[in-house]
Amino acid sequence: MGFLDISHVSKAYGSVQVLHEVDISVEEGEFIVLVGPSGCGKSTLMNMIAGLEPITSGDISIRGQVMNGVHPSKRNIAMVFQSYALYPNMTVAQNMTFGLEMHGVPKAERDKLLADVAKLLQIDHLLARKPGHLSGGQRQRVAMGRALVRKPDVFLFDEPLSNLDAKLRVDMRTEIKKLHQKLGTTIVYVTHDQIEALTLSTRIAVMNKGYIQQLGTPKEIYDTPANLFVATFMGSPAMNILPATVKLRDGLAYAEISDVEGKPQLLQFSQANLASWDGKNVMLGIRPEAITDIDGADRKSKNIQRFSNLVTVTEPAGSDTFVTMTASGRDVVARMRADASVAARDRFEFAINMDKAVVFDPATEARIP
Amino acid sequence: MSVASQDTAVKTGGIAKVFIYLILILFALFYLLPLYVMLTNSLKPLSEITGGNMMSLPRDWTIEAWLSAWSTAQVGVSPTGLQPYFVNSILMVVPAVAISTVLGALNGYILTKWRFRGDTLLFGLMLFACFIPFQIVLIPMARILGLLGIAGTTQGLVLVHVVYGIGFSTLYFRNYYASFPTELVRAAMIDGAGFFRIFWRIMLPVSGPIAVVTIIWQFTNIWNDFLFGASFAGLSAMPMTVALNNLVNSSTGVREYNVHFAGAIMAALPTLLVYIVAGRFFVRGLMAGSVKG
Ligand SMILES: Nc1ncnc2c1ncn2[C@@H]1O[C@H](COP(=O)(O)OP(=O)(O)OP(=O)(O)O)[C@@H](O)[C@H]1O
Ligand SMILES: [Mg+2]
Repeated sequence: MGFLDISHVSKAYGSVQVLHEVDISVEEGEFIVLVGPSGCGKSTLMNMIAGLEPITSGDISIRGQVMNGVHPSKRNIAMVFQSYALYPNMTVAQNMTFGLEMHGVPKAERDKLLADVAKLLQIDHLLARKPGHLSGGQRQRVAMGRALVRKPDVFLFDEPLSNLDAKLRVDMRTEIKKLHQKLGTTIVYVTHDQIEALTLSTRIAVMNKGYIQQLGTPKEIYDTPANLFVATFMGSPAMNILPATVKLRDGLAYAEISDVEGKPQLLQFSQANLASWDGKNVMLGIRPEAITDIDGADRKSKNIQRFSNLVTVTEPAGSDTFVTMTASGRDVVARMRADASVAARDRFEFAINMDKAVVFDPATEARIP
Repeated sequence: MSVASQDTAVKTGGIAKVFIYLILILFALFYLLPLYVMLTNSLKPLSEITGGNMMSLPRDWTIEAWLSAWSTAQVGVSPTGLQPYFVNSILMVVPAVAISTVLGALNGYILTKWRFRGDTLLFGLMLFACFIPFQIVLIPMARILGLLGIAGTTQGLVLVHVVYGIGFSTLYFRNYYASFPTELVRAAMIDGAGFFRIFWRIMLPVSGPIAVVTIIWQFTNIWNDFLFGASFAGLSAMPMTVALNNLVNSSTGVREYNVHFAGAIMAALPTLLVYIVAGRFFVRGLMAGSVKG
C-alpha cells in the first residue's frame, strides 16, 4: 500500500472511455511524472486525484484513506494549474493565503506561513501586487507558493511550465527539482514534454490513449522501454526503429539489416534469448547516441558492431553532430562527437552499441525481453 | 479588464472630413431638436406656447410648469402632480433591477461553472423568454398575480419585471462568465471555498462591466415600461409612465403643454442619469464579452 494509491481507475464520459484501469502506487516523497501525447488522459487522471472529476470506477486513496467522493478541499492536496489560475482581483498575498483563510487558519499563522513561503520562493517583494502586474515566471512562482503554504500531502502540477518561454522553462524546471529535494513532498506532475519527465521524476508513467504504457524510473523507461510507443515517445531525437530479421549462426543471434543499397549486414545481438525468433522479423530499436564513429564508441560496451553505410546528411549541432543514413529503408539518426570526421555522401564505418539495442515484437509492439 | 484602444480609423482627406463633420452635426441637431423643444417649452408660460412659436426661446423664463407637473397637476382624478408616481416607479424599479440582476448573475454562474445535464437546453429556454411578446403573457400573468394576492400592487409589478428580466440578465452574465477561466473556480474549490464563497469572492469582483450593462438595460426597460404598468398597477402602484399618460389625457379645460413637457422630461430623467453615470462602462462591458482583452 503506497502513499497515494490509484487502483483500477477508469473514466468514461458517456460512452467514451478515456482512462482504462489505471494502476499507480506512489510512495511518500516520490516525484511521479505522467507523460503522454495530447488527449491521452493525463489531466483527467490528475483531476480525479484532486477530486475535480468523479471517478467512474476504481479507487484513489491517500494515506490509506479512500478519497472517492471526498471534496477537493478535504483531500489535503494542492494543485498548480497550467494557466496558474491566480485570482485576478486579489493581491499575491491574498492569493496565497485564500486557501488557509477558507480552512479557518488564524490570521497570525497565515501571515507566518506566507512569509516563510514567500522567502523560500523569493517573492517577498511581490506580495502586494495583483497577478496582472506579474511576469510569467513570477506568476508561476506565486502559483507554486499558493500550493506550498497549504503544506499538502500531495502536490499536483498540471503542465505548470508549458506557458513559459524556453529559457525560463529550463530554469523553473531546475527550481522545481530543487524544491522537491528540499521539501521531500510527494508530487504528481503532468507534462507532455519528455525531457521534463526524464529530468524531474523519480518515476515516470507513460500514457497513451487512456492506458498506462509503462511505469518505471527514468532509466528503465529510457533503456528498456516496454513497447514501441514508449520507445519512440521518450528521447529526443527519437529512438531509431528498423525492421530486422533474426538469424541464428553457431548458436548466436544476429540482426540482419540492409544498408542503403539493399546489401544485408549482420549485427550480433547482446540479448541471449532470441533463438526462438530465428528467421522471424523483429523491430530493432537503437538510440541515436548508441550509433557513433568507431573512436567514439562506448568503451564499456561489450558488443560494438560495425555497420558500413553511406552518410546522407550531417548536422553539426555544437556539442554533437547528428548524422543521418538510410538502413532497412528507414532514416536512421546517429549522434556523434562534434569532431567525428564524417562527411555527407561518404561511405562510413558506423559503430553500433548493441548492448543498448532493444528488440520489439512487430505484432504486439511489446519489447522482447 | 481593459479594452486596448485600437487605431482602426481610416485616414481621410480635408474636404471629406469637413463634409463628414457637417453631416454629423446636421444629424446631431436633428436628433437634439425634440429635446430642445421639450426643454424650452417646459420653461415658458402656457400663453407663450399657445400664442407663439414652438421653436423660440422663452421670453419669460419660469419653472412654474415644472412645479406644477411635480406636485399640483391633475393626474387622472386627483391633483397630485407626478410626485407619488415617481416614487412608485422608484419603489418598483430598484428591487426589480436588483433582483433580476442578482438572479441573472447566479444563473450565469451556474450555467457556466456548475454545469449539469440539460443545462444548455435550460439556457435555450431562458433565452426564448427574451423573445416572448409582452401581450401574450398579459392574461395569464394577471391570473397568477390574482392567485398570489398581489394584483395591482408594486410587489406584483416587481415580480412581473423580474420574471421578464431574468432571460436577458442570464444571457448577459452567462456569456460573460463563459470566458471566465474554469480553472479559477477549480482552484478555489481546492482552496476550500464553497458555491457562494466562490461566487462572492472570485466571480463577483470581476463582474463589474457586465453588471453595469445589465443594470442599465434592466433599469431602462423597467422604468420605461408602459404596458405592464397600465395592465397590472392599481392606483396606488401606478408607475411614472402611466401617470404621464394620464397627466396628458386629463383634459380639465386647457391643455397645459408646458406642464406636459416638464412631466415628460421628468419621466425620462432617471434613465438619462443612469446612462450618464454608467454609460462609459456600458460600451466597455458590451465589448468585454466579445473581445478578449
Ligand atoms: N468533459 C469531457 N467530455 C468528453 N470528453 C472529454 C471531456 N474532458 C476530456 N475529454 C476527453 O478525454 C480525453 C483526455 O483528456 P485530457 O484533458 O485528460 O487529456 P490530456 O492528456 O490532459 O491532454 P493535453 O496534453 O492536451 O492536456 C480527451 O480525448 C478529451 O477529448
Ligand atoms: Mg491536459
